[in-house]
Amino acid sequence: MSEVRVLVGTRKGAFVLRSDERRKDWTVDGPHFPGWEIYHITGTAADPDRLYASQSSSWFGQVVHRSDDAGKTWETVGNEFVYDGVPGTHQWYDGTQHPWEFKRVWHLETSPTDPDSVYAGVEDAALFHTNDGGKTWRELSGLRNVKGNLWQPGAGGMCLHTIILSPDNPNRIFVAISAAGAFRTDDGGITWRPVNQGLKSEFELPDATAEVGHCVHSIAMHPSRPNTLFMQKHWDVMRSDNGGDSWHEVSGNLPTDFGFPIAVHAHEPETIYVVPITSDSHHFPPDGKLRVYRSRTGGDDWEALTNGLPQSNCYVNVLRNALAVDTLDSCGIYLGTTGGQVYVSADSGDHWMPIVHDLPPVLSVEAQVLP
Amino acid sequence: MIRVTLPTHLRTLAKVTGPVELQVEEPVTQRAILDALEAAYPMLRGTIRDTVLKERRPFIRFFACGEDISHEPADAVVPPEVVAGREPFRIIGAMAGG
Repeated sequence: MSEVRVLVGTRKGAFVLRSDERRKDWTVDGPHFPGWEIYHITGTAADPDRLYASQSSSWFGQVVHRSDDAGKTWETVGNEFVYDGVPGTHQWYDGTQHPWEFKRVWHLETSPTDPDSVYAGVEDAALFHTNDGGKTWRELSGLRNVKGNLWQPGAGGMCLHTIILSPDNPNRIFVAISAAGAFRTDDGGITWRPVNQGLKSEFELPDATAEVGHCVHSIAMHPSRPNTLFMQKHWDVMRSDNGGDSWHEVSGNLPTDFGFPIAVHAHEPETIYVVPITSDSHHFPPDGKLRVYRSRTGGDDWEALTNGLPQSNCYVNVLRNALAVDTLDSCGIYLGTTGGQVYVSADSGDHWMPIVHDLPPVLSVEAQVLP
Repeated sequence: MIRVTLPTHLRTLAKVTGPVELQVEEPVTQRAILDALEAAYPMLRGTIRDTVLKERRPFIRFFACGEDISHEPADAVVPPEVVAGREPFRIIGAMAGG
């Protein structure tokens, strides 16, 4: 019987949740790195024993840990994220230019084939890569040449939070940056272009259709459809069918189209999930009801999934890296909340149950099926 | 030997349970102590001072003999009690937040 491992990063440490493929009975292991913010902890498809964790603190800065034994032991690896050349400046809140300053690693994206190859998305926004298992990190600085002087931090910081490695083209990578937008490279990260055509940010940007500056919250792709992307923007749920060259809105009948994460079903490339949040002023779900919304039509037509989720007095948020799917035949969906709950649905979202109630605020959730 | 005390999180990171002892050539300065500390415990690089500029992180403080010496120059000699090993060089996570 397969094992499911769910890696949870929180404001005060990391937790490893394990179950069999029924996903009813769970063990909770942790906290790992107690007291540290774990923006992301992830496994590698190429080696189930290899894990990486981004550990940070306002006091002690950035640390990256690696495990080669599935989390039993950890070792520190390189934490020198040095911008390439002269870092330059980006736009500050008051419109002036402000120097690029490294703050933390938001996201680690591992190669599907090489456990030593990892991309790191950081704040202030940049993309780094290691090909030696995290010992050294090198910036792919061409990204910041794409009008980086116009990027501006949003309330959550100017973070590169989404990295998608195209499954059919090793030279194609998508990234998304809060308050900068979505970007694509087709040459392995040397040169980049903004892929934001069709996005509209009417109340956030002086030019609502600007080439850069849109506050993209997350992007998802199904591996069988590498040209189809789904985006949860600050406001609006968007879709592209041409690798990001253009986008159109698919918010449809959602109660609100503000939110943070978006995910695609493991086996149904037109089935997608979002968690609507009241507004950018009220970071909690509408009406005190935690509802995941599912579209089986690739957007526009949405249904609320509520069975097993709290439907009264619920005022948590689900952050951008805290929604995940597993690859079991009956696709599992996982979400972590800022209230410290991690919920699972073992049937594509029809029924939910809490795995754990009282963790620190959840920053990230990753699910992996182990052989 | 110079004795250095670390805050809890850095003791965990360095896998030590108490003060660490370091051989530091004179003149014993903040910079020399931190260089020796990072050489002995490379996992601490970047957690006390910036990896490139070697500047103290904003929420880190240095104390010696009951005095906050965080703003002393990095190349100033630390108090003689620390040099003699009678008093520790204390690295402290600053009180911050609510």
